[in-house]
Amino acid sequence: MRLLYFAWLKTKIGKTEETLDLPAGVATPAALVDWLKTRGPGFAEALKDRRTLRVAVNRRHVGWDFLLKPGDEVALFPPVTGG
Amino acid sequence: MIRVQREDFDVGLEIANLTRCKTTIGGIVTFVGTVRDAGGADAIQSMTLEHYPGMTEDELTAIEVEANKRWKLEASLIVHRHGKLLPGERIVLVVTAAAHRAAAFAANEFLVDWLKTKAPFWKQEETPRGTRWVEAQDSDDQAAKRWAKG
Repeated sequence: MRLLYFAWLKTKIGKTEETLDLPAGVATPAALVDWLKTRGPGFAEALKDRRTLRVAVNRRHVGWDFLLKPGDEVALFPPVTGG
Repeated sequence: MIRVQREDFDVGLEIANLTRCKTTIGGIVTFVGTVRDAGGADAIQSMTLEHYPGMTEDELTAIEVEANKRWKLEASLIVHRHGKLLPGERIVLVVTAAAHRAAAFAANEFLVDWLKTKAPFWKQEETPRGTRWVEAQDSDDQAAKRWAKG
């Protein structure tokens, strides 16, 4: 799947995107965030409080319990501030 | 119609193009959002708008479709800029045109409230003391919730 990071997540994690296989046992964005947090201090810091994050799957806003499929595009970002 | 672009826009020209030949229009409401420099401790030198290409266009289109379902509009337009902008520069244009003003006013406010909470843009401010990401405002969430159905 393709993972995208925006705004301060991108800065803290140190990259804008990456491609990886959906890890075994990870079925939702909530589980994905928990798994990502184990990948290093940048991830742990950026993803420590899910209340400060929002998630989109295939370019649509979704909840943390949305069911992920292999090949999904998952984007993590802070609440939006356009307009 | 929606557009996401780096370049500035000409408000008069956009309205003229949008409403040309549509003589059923009786009222046009325009919202223009600009880069604010509050000055003092909050002074900024510039602002950079990041967005999520693809999703931005999808979200703006969905918001515009929803507005056209809720109100009878003769025409509507959202133009949102991204990239680096200076204080006073235009960021966003929302135009709604209807036979009567009530629909045009309500739909315009709805579009602005929803795009502020749904369209994937993020503002970063460049200040004399470094850069900072603008935080989402609870008041924007409350404004958007006014339009929830049911």
